Amino acid sequence: MARMKFLCDSERCIECNGCVTACKNENEVPWGVNRRRVVTLGDGLPGEKSVSVACMHCSDAPCMAVCPVDCFYHTDEGVVLHDKDMCIGCGYCFYACPFGAPQYPQSGAFGQRGKMDKCTFCAGGPEVDHSEEEFKKYGRNRLAEGKLPLCAEMCSTKALLGGDGDVVSDIFRDRALKRGKGGEMWGWGSAYGKPEPGTKKPEVKS
Amino acid sequence: MSKFAIALLITVFGLSACGDKEGVVVYKQGSYSGKTDGKPWENAAFAGDKSKWDNSIRARGQNQNESKRIGD
Repeated sequence: MARMKFLCDSERCIECNGCVTACKNENEVPWGVNRRRVVTLGDGLPGEKSVSVACMHCSDAPCMAVCPVDCFYHTDEGVVLHDKDMCIGCGYCFYACPFGAPQYPQSGAFGQRGKMDKCTFCAGGPEVDHSEEEFKKYGRNRLAEGKLPLCAEMCSTKALLGGDGDVVSDIFRDRALKRGKGGEMWGWGSAYGKPEPGTKKPEVKS
Repeated sequence: MSKFAIALLITVFGLSACGDKEGVVVYKQGSYSGKTDGKPWENAAFAGDKSKWDNSIRARGQNQNESKRIGD
């Protein structure tokens, strides 16, 4: 049985935010909710790294462990989903998640929190597949169409990979072996230039 | 007011809550008690054929591998 996973290759991610846009558009995510976002480390400095982050569909999910109403479940494909009809919007899952995946729509005046919303791996939710109800609550169910999440499928540099964990890790391993690592990596010298002898490395601001 | 109108009123108001659905979820500590979710291959597109779905997902997965898709 496939175990669905995301993998973001930080050497390839160019911070184009295409994955974020694709997710928003495909799932018609409400304003203020970002199921996926791109995080950049060392922004503007040589060797900056960007990573696309969303729910990682953990095998031992902390959100699931802390939920007081047990509204989370694992599908057979390893996707972490939740029943919005049971969610009470308490925010515990947000505190527990190391990736900041759970999001809350503002549901009224005074910053009231709505029911939690998060990446579904484009697998919909506990409603009839392709029903209006499912789309409204959870977004598109691409998995039931035999497709992978749109964020990964439309990534222009193929930095974001999604799908069966074994397949994804094979693709990444093959890629990493071919390109090498660090300074020996293909394209590194063209992008950042070779360090001249005697030059000091720029200090990284913390 | 006629007896008929009174009877009608009693019927309408008396049965007004009959269509009310159970609004309280019964929680069982430590286990998911929400709605059940179907399998992704149990729909019109795959008609319950899991291997067809597996093949589709595998093919889509390999589309992400440009080494195989367009060569090195």
